[in-house]
Amino acid sequence: MKPLEALSIAWEAILKNKVRSFLTMLGIIIGVSAVIIMVAISAGTEATIQEQITSLGSNLVFVQSSFSRGGPGQQQQGGLVYDDAAAIETGVDGVTAVVVEQNSSENVKYGDVTLESVEVLGTTTGFPSVRDMEIGEGRYFTEKEIERKSKVAILGYTMAQELFGERNPVGQYITVGNTKLAVIGVFKEKGLVGNTDFDSRIYLPISVVFQKFTPSMFARFMGDRVRMIYIEVDPKANLDNIITQIELLLVKRHEVTLETADFSVTTQQDIISTRESTTAAFRSLLAWVAGVSLIVGGIGIMNIMLVSVTERTREIGIRQSVGATPEDIRLQFLTEALLLSIVGGLIGIIVGVAGAYIFGALSDMRTVISVSSILLAFGSSAVVGAFFGYYPANQASQLDPIEALRYE
Amino acid sequence: MNEAHKIIKTVDIAKVYGMGDISVAALRGINIEIAEGEFVAIMGPSGSGKSTLMHILGCLSRPSSGQYFLDGEDVSGLNKTQLAAVRNKKIGFIFQAYNLLARTTALQNVTLPLLYNRTNNKNKEEGFEKARAMLELVGLSERIHHQPHELSGGQQQRVAIARALVNDPVMVIADEPTGNLDTHSGGEIMNLLHKLHEQGTTIVMVTHDPKTAVHTQRTINLIDGLVDNITHNGKHKAAEISA
Repeated sequence: MKPLEALSIAWEAILKNKVRSFLTMLGIIIGVSAVIIMVAISAGTEATIQEQITSLGSNLVFVQSSFSRGGPGQQQQGGLVYDDAAAIETGVDGVTAVVVEQNSSENVKYGDVTLESVEVLGTTTGFPSVRDMEIGEGRYFTEKEIERKSKVAILGYTMAQELFGERNPVGQYITVGNTKLAVIGVFKEKGLVGNTDFDSRIYLPISVVFQKFTPSMFARFMGDRVRMIYIEVDPKANLDNIITQIELLLVKRHEVTLETADFSVTTQQDIISTRESTTAAFRSLLAWVAGVSLIVGGIGIMNIMLVSVTERTREIGIRQSVGATPEDIRLQFLTEALLLSIVGGLIGIIVGVAGAYIFGALSDMRTVISVSSILLAFGSSAVVGAFFGYYPANQASQLDPIEALRYE
Repeated sequence: MNEAHKIIKTVDIAKVYGMGDISVAALRGINIEIAEGEFVAIMGPSGSGKSTLMHILGCLSRPSSGQYFLDGEDVSGLNKTQLAAVRNKKIGFIFQAYNLLARTTALQNVTLPLLYNRTNNKNKEEGFEKARAMLELVGLSERIHHQPHELSGGQQQRVAIARALVNDPVMVIADEPTGNLDTHSGGEIMNLLHKLHEQGTTIVMVTHDPKTAVHTQRTINLIDGLVDNITHNGKHKAAEISA
């Protein structure tokens, strides 16, 4: 028997039992569409994260305060201080901008509206460009206002809406903690970046935060503590070299060693790598779940093919009596199993692509349909069909023609 | 006429079923010869071994011992695949229960043996042409696109006969071909077999009905796995009739 004839026999057998063939294929259809939809979801999530990370701003090095590792009895080191920023800016080559952040959590009041535990972020003039924030209304504060400790504030987009609703906040006064501040600007909407909501914060000159919200008795001889220093570097500069320079400078200034450092230096690349490994784990988990459903689909095919072989014992006997060899019979049933899983795979691709598209359109999650997932799902459905089709096909080929002809 | 050519020659064929101590000998040494163009009946009560002998002669199973020459070739040692090829090329089966494929047209049923014929050089259309010719031979050219359930028992058996002939076999084995039919249809089928015989087809018919057997040239009577006797019936060889 020629393969093409086996194909046409298999196709006719599938058409003769449409409902059963469909139910047999259902497992494969679900498996393949699950692979495509799940990969589309995880690829969509990855793409979203990638965009968020890019919107952090480019070529950033983050220096964060961390706890000193000095033992008990030793004086706690101060962590990062405001003057470190200036030292980095002047002492490290390849630095294009330095921004400092210190934060506090305060109650905010305007008229009848009181918001509790609002994040108040003291920062410097470089902040909007380094963190890629745009002023929507009014203006940002100036270097001079930082020096003078001017009582001014810029609102995040949602913060402005919560406090002022539809009114224009610029020129109004709000009370943060016990301090009255003039609103001079509102940022445009930025959204969530990582876990940080840039829109629900209030931005002040960092000097005001030092004075009013995070005063410290060490400040007089150690300098004002800060939470974070962002360093924007020249894209052409060697990043590793800059990190080393920063570390050496801060170790010297803080009188610590690298092992007992009270700060940590990370780059955007580190953050991207962390995110990527998380999403890679997520993706492989989804792929496993989908893979298991494909295997279950394959077992379904094997089950139905075994039933089919028993049911069609007489047909097998008839074919054997007119000259079908064991190989012919095996080929016929193997082709049928393969065809079932391939047709199931094709339907699964249609369902999966449509499903991913509809899911992406109806939910907040983004979906990106990847060609490789389609090929992978389709390929594995064919392999599953061949693997699980072989046993029933072999059973059929081993039937004794006399027994098969007698079968009622 | 090549009178000497034997289609079937068996030498001490035995068939033992079961294993170890519990074994049953269905055939205990059969020596028969059937010449080309003969119409022979194999008869015997149930348990006489006639079905077992038919299965061996039809290459559906192998003898436990002894030799079987089919068309001059020793087929007693062939494996399953080789036996299938022999069945395909040299033997046409007619069964009591017709054994047509359900939900398949008469024409497709008749082409089935061509599908498994490895030396078949016919393309699909030539195969259908041959099948149509066979259906015309059995008088069913009006019903080639009917499925078995749309045909009477007699008509189904005619399809089966057409299928048996499509690969030009050296012999036709008919297992109780009229067993499921009424007297009238059964008579028609027997007439058809006689017509084929007259055209030169070698036919071996297994039956338990003496009235059917008497229409053949010879009857081989089996009892307890042995040939009891061979009777010569009234019918003459095709060659003699035409002479």
